Amino acid sequence: MSQEKKQSSIAFVIGASSVGTLIEWYDFYIFGMLATIISKQFFPADAGTAALLSTLAIFAAGFIVRPFGALVFGRLGDLIGRKHTFLLTLVIMGGSTFAIGLVPGYATIGWAAPILVLILRLLQGLALGGEYGGAATYVAEHAPAGQRGFWTSWIQTTATLGLFLALGVIIFIRSSQGVEKFSAEWGGWRYPFWISLLLVGVSILIRMRMSESPMFSKLKTEGKTSVNPLKESFGHKRNFKMVLLALFGAVMGQGVVWYTGQFYAQSFIETVCKVEFIQSRDLMLWAILMATPCFVLFGWLSDKIGRKWIMLFGMLAAIITYRPIYKQFLALTNAKNRIEKIDLSKTVVSPKKVIIDKKDNTKIYVVQHFDTAYTDGAVFKYTKTDTLQLSASYDPSSSIDSLSTTQLILTHSVKPNVVIEKTMDHSTYWSLIWLVFIQIVYVTMVYGPIAAFLVEMFPTKIRYTSMSLPYHIGNGVFGGLVPFLGTLIVEFTKSSANPNGDVLAGLWYPIGVASVCFVIGLVYLTNKIDKNVMD
Amino acid sequence: MNSVKKLLGYVWMLLAPALICFLLYEAFEKISAAAAIHKANVTLQWVIILLVFTPICVGFFIFGKYASANEYDHLPETSQEIE
Repeated sequence: MSQEKKQSSIAFVIGASSVGTLIEWYDFYIFGMLATIISKQFFPADAGTAALLSTLAIFAAGFIVRPFGALVFGRLGDLIGRKHTFLLTLVIMGGSTFAIGLVPGYATIGWAAPILVLILRLLQGLALGGEYGGAATYVAEHAPAGQRGFWTSWIQTTATLGLFLALGVIIFIRSSQGVEKFSAEWGGWRYPFWISLLLVGVSILIRMRMSESPMFSKLKTEGKTSVNPLKESFGHKRNFKMVLLALFGAVMGQGVVWYTGQFYAQSFIETVCKVEFIQSRDLMLWAILMATPCFVLFGWLSDKIGRKWIMLFGMLAAIITYRPIYKQFLALTNAKNRIEKIDLSKTVVSPKKVIIDKKDNTKIYVVQHFDTAYTDGAVFKYTKTDTLQLSASYDPSSSIDSLSTTQLILTHSVKPNVVIEKTMDHSTYWSLIWLVFIQIVYVTMVYGPIAAFLVEMFPTKIRYTSMSLPYHIGNGVFGGLVPFLGTLIVEFTKSSANPNGDVLAGLWYPIGVASVCFVIGLVYLTNKIDKNVMD
Repeated sequence: MNSVKKLLGYVWMLLAPALICFLLYEAFEKISAAAAIHKANVTLQWVIILLVFTPICVGFFIFGKYASANEYDHLPETSQEIE
C-alpha cells in the first residue's frame, strides 16, 4: 500500500473509532454534569446533601462496574473480534442513556425512579468497560511501528472531548431554556440524554464500515486466538503480574489525576467556590479546549522519549501542586479577599417573596435576593430563604413584613438557608481557567501515552482483556470515586466547631493514590518502547 | 535497583492489610457515630467502599509478594516471555 493510502486508511480508523468512543464518554458524563438536578428529580425533595451523595453514589456505581464490563467485553473482543464487540457496547450505551432520559421523577413513581436510574447507570458502566479497551487496541493494532503513541493519543482525546461535548450541550440547552424550564421534571435536562440516540445511530453507521483489526484477523486465520482469555490473562502468573504492574504502577495514578483535573475541579468550583452554574462550566470548556492538543503532543513525544517519564512527571506535578492550586481557587473566589469597591448603582436587594409549601399551607418560605455588584464586573448573588411555620393558613393578601402582627409564627428556621452564586470578573475568570488548564495539562501527560503503554504490555491474543481490566479499575474505581470520596472526606472533617470542615481535605485521596503509584512506576516500570506488538 | 524493588515489595505486603484494617476501623467508627446521632444512613456507603477496595488491597498484597520474590527484576520484552 502506498504511504498516502496508508495514512488515509489509518485516519479513517482513528476517525471512526474516535467518534464512537467520544459519544460513549459523552453518554457517561452527562449524568455527572447534571448530578445536582438529578438528585432533586430522582430523590425526595427534602433529602438535601444525602440526595446529592446518593446521586454521586449512583454516578460512582457506573464507574465501579466498568471493570466487570472490561472482563465481559474484553473476553468477547479476544474471542470474536474487536469490531463486533465495540459495536455491541455502543448499542448498550446509547440505549441505556436514552432510557435514563425517559425515567419519571421521584414525585411520580417514588423509589422506583432512583432504582431504575441505578440499573441503567450500571448498564452504561458495563458498556464503557468494554468500549475503551476495544477502541485503543483496534487503533494501536493499525498504527505503524514507532507512531503508536501518536495515533492512539487521538483516542485519548475522546474522553476529554466527550466531557467537552457534554458540557457544551448542557450549557446550550440551559441557556436557551432558562433555569426553571431546564430543571423541571420533564425539562431540558433530559434532552442531552435523548440526543444520545441520534449520536449513537450515526456512530453505528460509521463503525459498520470498519473492518476487523489486521492483527486479530491474522491470529484468527492462523487459528491462534485465545480459547480462554480470562484464564490466560489472570490465571497465569507471567501475565497477571503485568496486569498488577499496569494497575499499581501507572493506571491508578493516571485515573485519579484525570478525574481530579476534569471532575473534581468543576465540582469544587461550583459547590465550594460557589461560582455560578454556567460560568463554572464555561471555564471548564475553555480550559479543555486549550489543553486538548497536548494529548497528541505527549502521545507523539512518548514515541520519541518513551512513555514512562512523561506519565510520571505528570503525576509528580499533580501531587506537588494540587493543594496550592485549590487554595488559589478559594482565594480568588472569596468575597473577603476582594479589594474592588462595591458598585452601589448595580447592587440590588429584592423585595421578600413568599412561597407557600405545596403540602402544608401553614408553612411558608420567605425568599429574598441580595445582589452585590463590584466595580470590576463581578456579581455575588445571595438568596436567603427563611422557613416559617404559621398558626393558620397563610393569607397571600397580607404583607410579609406585617406577618408577626397578623398571624402567629410558631417556628422560624434557626439558620436561614443562604445560596450563593458568584459571577466572577473577567480577570478572575481567566485566572480560574488557567488553574484548570494546568490540571488538564497534567491529565494529558498521564493519559496521552497510556493507551500505547498498555497495548505494548500485553500479547495480541489476550490484549483486549488484559489491558481493559487494569485500565477500568484505575479509571473507573480509583478515578471515578474521586468526586464521591473527596466529598465524603470533607464531610468527615465537619464538626460543630468547624461546620464547613476542611474543604481541601478531599484532595488527600488523589494525592495519596498518585504518590503510591508514582513510587511504584518509578521503581518498577521500564521506559522501553515495544517496537513489535504483532506478537 | 533490584534490592529496592524487593524491599519495597515487603512494604506493599504490609501496606495492603494495613489499608484494609484502616478502612474497617473507619467504617466501624463512622457507622457507629452516624447511628448515635440518628444521622443519614452511611452503612451502604461504607459497604460499597469495603467491597470495592478489599479485593484491590488483596491485589496489592499479591503485587508486593511478586515484587519481593524478584518477579519484576526483569520485565518481559516479547510476548513469548509472557505466554
